[in-house]
Amino acid sequence: MELSPLFISLKVAFTATLITIFSGIAAARFVLKIKKFKGIFDGLFTLPMVLPPTVVGFFLLVLLGKNSPIGKFLMNLNISVVFTWVGAVIASAVVSFPLMYRTVRGALEQFDVNIIYAARTLGMAESKIFRKIVIPNIVPGLIAGTILTFARALGEFGATMMLAGNIPGKTQTMSVAVYSAVQSGDYETAYKWVAVVCIMSFTAMILMNFWNGRQLKKTTKRSDI
Amino acid sequence: MSLIVDIKKKLDDFNLEIKFSTDSKVLGLLGASGCGKSMTLKCIAGIEEPDEGKIILDDRVLFDSDKKINLPPQQRKIGYLFQNYALFPNMTVKENIEAGVRGSKAEKEKIVNEKIEMFFLKGLENKKPHQLSGGQQQRVALARILASEPEVVLLDEPFSALDSNLKWNLEQELMEMLSTYSGKVLLVSHNRNEVYRFSETIAVLAAGKVETYSAREELFDNPVTVAAAQLTGCKNISRAEKLTNHTLYAMDWDITLYSNKKVPDGITHVGMRAHYIKCFDNTDFTNTLNCKVSQVIENPFSYIVMLDNLYNRNKKVSSRIRWEVDKEEWENIGTQKDTIRVVLDPDKLLLLS
Repeated sequence: MELSPLFISLKVAFTATLITIFSGIAAARFVLKIKKFKGIFDGLFTLPMVLPPTVVGFFLLVLLGKNSPIGKFLMNLNISVVFTWVGAVIASAVVSFPLMYRTVRGALEQFDVNIIYAARTLGMAESKIFRKIVIPNIVPGLIAGTILTFARALGEFGATMMLAGNIPGKTQTMSVAVYSAVQSGDYETAYKWVAVVCIMSFTAMILMNFWNGRQLKKTTKRSDI
Repeated sequence: MSLIVDIKKKLDDFNLEIKFSTDSKVLGLLGASGCGKSMTLKCIAGIEEPDEGKIILDDRVLFDSDKKINLPPQQRKIGYLFQNYALFPNMTVKENIEAGVRGSKAEKEKIVNEKIEMFFLKGLENKKPHQLSGGQQQRVALARILASEPEVVLLDEPFSALDSNLKWNLEQELMEMLSTYSGKVLLVSHNRNEVYRFSETIAVLAAGKVETYSAREELFDNPVTVAAAQLTGCKNISRAEKLTNHTLYAMDWDITLYSNKKVPDGITHVGMRAHYIKCFDNTDFTNTLNCKVSQVIENPFSYIVMLDNLYNRNKKVSSRIRWEVDKEEWENIGTQKDTIRVVLDPDKLLLLS
């Protein structure tokens, strides 16, 4: 069996997750900070989760394609997005981004704002407060978000197909490989990839439940003081 | 050391318009919940921004809307003790205390160790906040604040979430810790006893405004306004109007009362504390009142007796007089009687406007 879909999937999902960690935190902070247009930005950031992936893929294709200003700009830098693994990363990152954004935002909202106020009155700089106090305390949320994002990125199909296509050895991820195999009547290969995807996704969910359980134990211990 | 606060801020339910200046070491802000006490503290600390006005500490301008000055909380040197202590959950006791200390590593170490010693936290340095008891958490929070060397410490309802036993212990402890502190303290609370025990001067807040500002004894002897009388625990308040310089008519109770103090022109209400009412069976006293006993409620150490003026022409529950009396005394008076004669001491009437 040709193993390239597995490696392409992992490479794409890892890179996409890395991007969403930073962009998700930044977006969550931004939305919580602004006073006007909160709803509009929140909607915009959540949209990729509710839109059909093909629609997201279509937007990305139009936005990053050869005829768009951004596409032309990228061409000049010798970066091509369409039908490359970079395109697969972008598609996966955009589609899984809302999961990270939402989880981080939830974690930030639950964080006791008095703790931040206290840090300010003690003279701590804002950047230090974020690094030393906020981030360490939203780690459980961050990890949950990371697992969800990774699982989603790993299973991305629609937007990836639109933007990165289905080039074996280049952009063909596992979920795309399943589709290809079924199309060509190769059920044996399809079964194999289905099994791999199922095992990986299930493991991710188990990991997350395990983590949640641990966090729950910690917090209940804390609340009985 | 002086603190001048003169701020306005529009809130959802009312407009906050706080104005006071204080030189006393401990100032108490007494007010019912939702009257804007905490918001006032938050504005002083720089956590919230007033719409307009100024806040000046000694000769440092912390906030001035005209001059567009609004120091961030980091530069105000004002410590804030939150009700839940707001310790950093991911840091140890030592790291928590060190968070607000400036200086070189050696200086930090010295100050932190000093505070650990002073607040009896030895042996707990490496514990996380969730491993500490409520009292220990309070000590860490206070040590952390004092280690940052603030010029003012703000205490925001420090005990209201605690049960009464623990509360008493923590209050004693806090008082002792603060006795060594040379800066100014502002305490916010809805509990009159707490505020009285802590403060030299008390400002009474109602609906976002400072109603009265006075020495604590003065406030309790002569509350001046209805809100102040209620907050200091006066249970009997009737609408009133002035008759002569020493007499007034209490409308809700439907009686004319004599006061040893001069009745002010603008009087609107008269108050009588429930435990100052006395029972006498002769008519030699002024302000005697024949009453029907309408309800007797038993407390652990006293009775609350609800009285109706026999000759009152407006029969409303709200015009009842509440009398608090020792168990023994009430049993001596004779619980069988339907009517008794009580005296509203002319020295003890609260004249409110």
